[in-house]
Amino acid sequence: MSSKSKHRSLFEPTIVKKALWDSVKKLDPRHQVKNPVMFVVEVGSVLTTLLFVHSLLTGKGEAPPSFILQISLWLWITVLFANFAESMAEGRGKAQADSLRKTRREVMAKRLEKPAADANVTQVPSSQLRKGDIVLVESGDIIPMDGEVVEGVASVNESAVTGESAPVIRESGGDRNAVTGGTTVLSDWLVVRITTSPGETFLDRMISMVEGAKRQKTPNEIALDILLAGMTIIFLLVCVTLLPYSLFSVKAAGQGSPVTITVLVALLVCLIPTTIGGLLSAIGIAGMDRMIQANVIAMSGRAVEAAGDVDVLLLDKTGTITLGNRQATEFLPAPGVHVSALADAAQLASLADETPEGRSIVVLAKERYELRARDLHTIGAEFVPFTAQTRMSGVNLDHREIRKGVADAVEKYVRNQGGTFPPAIRQVVDDIAKLGATPLVVAEGPNVLGVIRLNDIVKGGIKERFAEMRKMGIRTVMITGDNPLTAAAVAAEAGVDDFLAEATPETKLKLIREYQKGGRLVAMTGDGTNDAPALAQADVAVAMNTGTQAAKEAGNLVDLDSNPTKLIQIVEIGKQLLMTRGTLTTFSIANDVAKYFAILPAAFISIYPALGALNIMGLATPQSAVLSAVIFNALIIIFLVPLALRGVKYRPLGASMVLRNNALIYGVGGLLVPFIGIKLIDVLITAMHIV
Amino acid sequence: MTGNDILQIVLYFGILLLLAKPLGVYMARVYEGQPSGLDRVLGPVERLFYRICGIKPEEEMSWKKYAGVVLVFSAAGFFLLYLFQRLQGLLPLNPQRFAGVSPDLAFNTSVSFTTNTNWQSYGGETTMSYLTQMAGLGVQNFVSAAAGMAVLVALIRGFKRHSAETIGNFWFDLTRSTLYILLPLALIYSVLLVSQGVVQTFSEYQTISLIQPVTATPSPQFFPRGGEDEKNTLAPQGERAGERVGILVAEQVIPLGPAASQIAIKQLGTNGGGFFNVNSAHPFENPTAFSNFLEALAILLIPAALCITFGRMAGDMRQGWALLFAMVLILAALMVLCTWSEQGGNRRFASLGVDQQASQLQPGGNMEGKEARFGIVSSAIWATATTAASNGSVNSMHDSFTPIGGLYPMMLIQIGEVIFGGVGSGLYGMLVMAIVTVFIAGLMVGRTPEYLGKKIEMFEMKMAALVILIVNALVKIGTAVGVVTTAGTSSAANFGPHGFSEILYAFSSAANNNGSAFAGLNANTLFYNTALGIAMFLGRFWVIIPVLAIAGSLARKKKVPASLGTLPTHTPLFVALLIGVVLIVGALSFMPAWALGPLAEQLTGR
Repeated sequence: MSSKSKHRSLFEPTIVKKALWDSVKKLDPRHQVKNPVMFVVEVGSVLTTLLFVHSLLTGKGEAPPSFILQISLWLWITVLFANFAESMAEGRGKAQADSLRKTRREVMAKRLEKPAADANVTQVPSSQLRKGDIVLVESGDIIPMDGEVVEGVASVNESAVTGESAPVIRESGGDRNAVTGGTTVLSDWLVVRITTSPGETFLDRMISMVEGAKRQKTPNEIALDILLAGMTIIFLLVCVTLLPYSLFSVKAAGQGSPVTITVLVALLVCLIPTTIGGLLSAIGIAGMDRMIQANVIAMSGRAVEAAGDVDVLLLDKTGTITLGNRQATEFLPAPGVHVSALADAAQLASLADETPEGRSIVVLAKERYELRARDLHTIGAEFVPFTAQTRMSGVNLDHREIRKGVADAVEKYVRNQGGTFPPAIRQVVDDIAKLGATPLVVAEGPNVLGVIRLNDIVKGGIKERFAEMRKMGIRTVMITGDNPLTAAAVAAEAGVDDFLAEATPETKLKLIREYQKGGRLVAMTGDGTNDAPALAQADVAVAMNTGTQAAKEAGNLVDLDSNPTKLIQIVEIGKQLLMTRGTLTTFSIANDVAKYFAILPAAFISIYPALGALNIMGLATPQSAVLSAVIFNALIIIFLVPLALRGVKYRPLGASMVLRNNALIYGVGGLLVPFIGIKLIDVLITAMHIV
Repeated sequence: MTGNDILQIVLYFGILLLLAKPLGVYMARVYEGQPSGLDRVLGPVERLFYRICGIKPEEEMSWKKYAGVVLVFSAAGFFLLYLFQRLQGLLPLNPQRFAGVSPDLAFNTSVSFTTNTNWQSYGGETTMSYLTQMAGLGVQNFVSAAAGMAVLVALIRGFKRHSAETIGNFWFDLTRSTLYILLPLALIYSVLLVSQGVVQTFSEYQTISLIQPVTATPSPQFFPRGGEDEKNTLAPQGERAGERVGILVAEQVIPLGPAASQIAIKQLGTNGGGFFNVNSAHPFENPTAFSNFLEALAILLIPAALCITFGRMAGDMRQGWALLFAMVLILAALMVLCTWSEQGGNRRFASLGVDQQASQLQPGGNMEGKEARFGIVSSAIWATATTAASNGSVNSMHDSFTPIGGLYPMMLIQIGEVIFGGVGSGLYGMLVMAIVTVFIAGLMVGRTPEYLGKKIEMFEMKMAALVILIVNALVKIGTAVGVVTTAGTSSAANFGPHGFSEILYAFSSAANNNGSAFAGLNANTLFYNTALGIAMFLGRFWVIIPVLAIAGSLARKKKVPASLGTLPTHTPLFVALLIGVVLIVGALSFMPAWALGPLAEQLTGR
């Protein structure tokens, strides 16, 4: 999946070509019957075709053969247009699947007898690998199947799956032990335990999802289908009963002829919701496609739909709300110590500290106090690394022992050196912690020099994003392992609605259950194995592609970019999907009013000439009126294909505003547009002397 | 439209809305078992009744059980009423010694009254004994209304409860509806009506000599029902007026009976089955302008108040007001149009040079088929109110309205009796429409639709589609059969588009359980008694079952708390959408039929 494919143009010629052919193949009634609305249109097409043949052969059909033929042709075109829309959506998925499939080629795997790199190796084709097999993958090899690293560490190029060319590290243990079949090891080696059977790998599932092979109708889609089927039956009744009604009316009026089957079929096709019926499956497939373009793989269509309904977002603090790391923001010297002395000591202690926090201290000292970073070797300093026992790091330099660490550790260190821990420093430390920042105390020998304040840096723009969420009615909850004080401060700064501090897998799970008990739909992201239970419980669970196999199994969406902020985008895509369905349904039904005004006077004018007064569009002849309505009905499908594929534009406004806008555009617009459209077509076909 | 027209319409809605709130709140208290004031008096009666019948009011029912009990109860009512009619010749309180009713008519009437339709293929004063009227028809007037209210309350409980398997107890709901709501109101109304001159007696019909004997002018075609019965009760049916050629009428039989009590409940319980054949056009059923106002008010009183009850029980009064306003807006619009159309006059009269202008001396307009003591606007208010609510009583003959004027009442029926509608049944129908609206609107805001915190999903949509579909199909198919069979067309008094309207109206009225007749159709035939009977039966119970299924399904669901992303269902925007859905889903499919009926008639000027 190259980055080019993500911006595939809407009507790419190769896809269009294939879609054209597919739309003819889809005329197969066994395919059409799955979509009741379009099936009715197809039956109507067959019926009018037969009427045409009858009229042609006998010369005394119910209407001139040319008229029946044209109606019939446009009905066939209506079906073809709907098929085309579906094929287009499928084609775009297929193109994606094909590029994925290329990566799923047969490779020879090195099967190991036991989980050790030096065990005996047998060469086995990847298709013969089974769950539980152990394989060795070395530099330059393609990983044969999805698995878990049991030994080794290696850099892996996963661009085949993610489109991201920067290599990632995979290692045994921890949260980065999952490898995906089809990706390539760039350096070093891995011993991998295969965790899936052939045909069920992540890649296979991705392919089948994007191809729509396993596409099942989602609950909401089925509910809409029922409504559309109900309306189709109502309009079928309208048209079927219209024949006896008109028979009676002919007798009653003593003139005219009953409405023809051709006109009844035309009326039926115009009235039933063909616009939405024809585009419904395209909308669904396109929704999935948009997820893929966002580099998210949905494991089920249901998940995409549920994303639109999410009420609560659980977001990890680190990486999602804040930049991954804390940064030094201030030096607070102890009484009697000059701030530059503190800065100098702090910088010295951090020179060899490669953690982002350490680097940020060096940078702060440089920027604020113009202390240039020095090289440890040239000044002859010895780095004292952080250990779990001391919980401090620092340098030894010309008998100076500079240490930095959390307050408790430094206090212990200072006391051991015979010094005291000033109460003023204790006060400063407490104040910083209360404000949600992290204090690091710097000491030199027995003397405490002061405190470095490390702050969580909230990502730019994230607060606005949460405000948008709030407008959409979505509650954001920050999940963090921090203490409640720190958590509260970050939460306030980021503008989330709530937070869960000192989170553990159990408390996360409990929180999700509580929200669900209250009837809310919960979405969360996660990557670690310990996230798996919570992911499994959440309604919309986005697993990071960098995450463990367990997390990916538990999630119903996988983010290939492993970007936790993606959740917000996923929610929007879900909402867009439902909105597109809703607006096109409204449009489709609103269209009926104008179609009545076109067809009814045309159908009955021979019985009651006075009904010509209903021809408010001033359509030329009864035949041109019926034909114009049918042509409009067919063309509107093709006009709306781009909208169906792209989705209705989503703006984060409250529900009332969104509804008002959409009701105006698609409801009122749906009432007016066909009046204009049918009139234009009528003028055109009359000018061309088609009827 | 005259100033008087506007004044009357405003007064009508004003008083209706004024009374709706206190009554609605009272009913909510009744159904929720809270102290309502009357419970101090009626409580012991209620408990005694439960003890006698062995009812445990606190025993909860699942939706299937609830539906089963509704069906069994209605079936029992049907058979009892059937027997009453068939055997009335042998039973007491039959001063006119009417014979038993024919099987097909008894079937039709029994279905009609147990389904709260009150379609009448008979003339009351010429067919039914006092006992049949009171103990048969009168009882069903109460309990068929109460059953509709019970089903509504069960549906409201579905919205209110969460994670529950049951939707209440039918016997409790039925008893409370009857005892606490319908009986007290009917009592008040009976007294008020008697004060206006509505008769209430067991004495037999009186015969008096006419001061000025008249010769009945024979009409070869059709003699409308309206007003004829007073002149000659020898002819049992207006439709058979053709037999009366050349009769000199010197005396008049004045029908009497226990009418006031019957009329009170027929108006309040959206029953509409008149004591006399011409219903509330009869001077003994509706003698004065005040009685007319009271009766017209009663048509919508409980249906309007039930919206408030719904809001209160659902815990958000705004939800109830929203539905009520949607109803008021649609009805007010059609009422004004109907008045305007009737006030505009009759084209036929105009061609004869008749002055139809409203002036100091006359109300003007199309007075054909209307009572002189009511005039245009009172008739139009009644005609639209009685068809909006599935009442079906009349104080004028809809058949004689101008074609377009007659279209509005027909439209109100065909919308599906959800604009006020029958007591209980109207609001549960409207709630189904609200569910459809919420579904479409919910999709438009990008969220699985929810109404009052309940997610609207596949099952609800399936049932909602069924509700709309069944009634719609009954009307269309029934009319189709009616217009192509001789049995169907021979009953129509008129041919041409008007005859079409008559048949369409009859099936619309029956399937939607309205019961009003366009008149002009001789419905007392084997064909119509049977066909309309079936339409009434299916139109009632095959709607109640899916509605209760929705109630059961909703009760099982969790309640989703509202957020900013939730579609608000109490705003003017939602009301507008609801109106749109009601008009489009309910009425759009009848446009071709209107074109061949009222529209063709109006435009051709026949």
